[in-house]
Amino acid sequence: MTQLPTETDRKMGLVIDLDTCVGCHACVISCKGWNTENYGAPLSDQSPYGADPSGTFLNRVHSYEVQPEDGLAQLVHFPKSCLHCEDAPCVTVCPTGASYKRVEDGIVLVNESDCIGCGLCAWACPYGARELDAAEGVMKKCTLCVDRIYNNNLPEEDRVPACVRTCPAGARHFGDLGDPDSDVSRLVDARGGFDLMPEQGTKPVNKYLPPRPKDRLEQAGAAPLAPVTEEPGGFLGWLDRALDRLPGGRH
Amino acid sequence: MHPARSVILFTTLSGLGFGLLIWLGFGLPAVTGWVAFVFFVLAYLLAVGGLIASAFHLGHPERGLKAFTQWRTSWLSREGWASVTTLIVMAIYGAGLVFLDSRWSLLGWLGSTLSLGTVLTTSMIYTQLRSVPRWHSRLTPALFLVLSLAGGALLAGQTRWAVPLLIFAGIIQIAHWIRGDAALARSGTTMTSATGLRGGAVRAFEPPHTGPNYLLREMVYVVGRKHAARLRVIALLLMVAVPVICLILPFSHLLAALAVLSHLAGVMVSRWLFFAEAEHVVGLYYGQR
Ligand code: SF4
Ligand code: SF4
Repeated sequence: MTQLPTETDRKMGLVIDLDTCVGCHACVISCKGWNTENYGAPLSDQSPYGADPSGTFLNRVHSYEVQPEDGLAQLVHFPKSCLHCEDAPCVTVCPTGASYKRVEDGIVLVNESDCIGCGLCAWACPYGARELDAAEGVMKKCTLCVDRIYNNNLPEEDRVPACVRTCPAGARHFGDLGDPDSDVSRLVDARGGFDLMPEQGTKPVNKYLPPRPKDRLEQAGAAPLAPVTEEPGGFLGWLDRALDRLPGGRH
Repeated sequence: MHPARSVILFTTLSGLGFGLLIWLGFGLPAVTGWVAFVFFVLAYLLAVGGLIASAFHLGHPERGLKAFTQWRTSWLSREGWASVTTLIVMAIYGAGLVFLDSRWSLLGWLGSTLSLGTVLTTSMIYTQLRSVPRWHSRLTPALFLVLSLAGGALLAGQTRWAVPLLIFAGIIQIAHWIRGDAALARSGTTMTSATGLRGGAVRAFEPPHTGPNYLLREMVYVVGRKHAARLRVIALLLMVAVPVICLILPFSHLLAALAVLSHLAGVMVSRWLFFAEAEHVVGLYYGQR
């Protein structure tokens, strides 16, 4: 059903801390690793060792540079995957009902055996969170590791999305953003979490935490040391002068 | 957006085919027998040919029937219903004209309305996408509808209608371009809103991977945009100017054929631009548009 539920029981999603992310891409690899061998079709690569490698990923990490008017530029690493939007435009455009949003937890999924691979949902998503797999011809997207988070065969600490479990910096958090008292909701409140492209009206569930203000060079305390000498002395000075005297040297 | 050949062919050909059906449904021209047969075969070849071309860009065309299920929310599903219903209604109407020499005008009007509806649903597939600000405008359905009506009138030999409709199509086309050029800026979606990063100018420093990907190939197509201005002139000349001049000159079959072929080529150029010039906001994440 491509009609969106008016309300979901829970709003499971991710909170991504742009202050903490070090841009190591570990979440990209663990996502691909888990999802290529579990839910649905594998995430194929085309010519992975060739001249023009390309492949399907459900999570990609961008890096941006923020240049303030005065002061040094700041580098921000920016992981991006499906935001499991409340008003998901990708779902309503789907002609087959392959795309749907679950009432129980708000996860947006693709039923791959119904997908005709028309690609319209990928066009409708403003975030670039859906990719049509070139080998399978079906739409792939983040499932919030739906096959991990409720999986009683896994130890409890593993029942979170693979990206969250893997992140060495602790930059990714998983929980119910519909519950104002959950850890993730409190984190969003405390750190001023925000939506991506709010003007697109998609009401994303996933939230991003802004980078904290950085120290400024002039506030850092130590001024650069004054140069002691312009000319090299000692052994290096002798070598310098000796080399200059050789044919072809500086006179 | 990537200007896929299959989608350009589909929207151009079926737009023209359903455009012809609109006029045939209204009994313009009031043909029966063999002449009606030829007109209907032409219309069906164009409309159905376009639909078949569109199936080529599906990953799983064999599951196509499932696309009829979600008409409550999906314009693509509605387009499926509209086109099939139109083709059935017009087939019955056409059979009356061809084999029984009788014109069931009520059925014809219904078929014409459905044909218009089909073109409308096609245009709404693009119009509904907020992620592509250039398409997200009432001018998009206006452009598709008026082009279909004008092209249909041209094929149906309705010169009296074709000339003003072609000129009107040219005006809407120019308006669509002018509005479209400012659409991304007006949409309010920027690199800052995309990343939420405040406190300075945001620049894409490193893309996620060194190679291209599906998103870039499909939605950040920028090749050939530098020719856009010239292509716009070519589109207008072929789509509007040449056919109008051919129609104003004293009638000859050669000129009529030239008018149709020129119009067809012009609409294809316009459709190529419709896709190639359309900026998807995901490009902002890659520092492109
Ligand atoms: S991020 Fe994109 S794919 Fe995910 S729910 Fe929102 S619109 Fe759909
Ligand atoms: S690609 Fe599949 S999931 Fe996406 S809109 Fe088409 S049928 Fe639905």
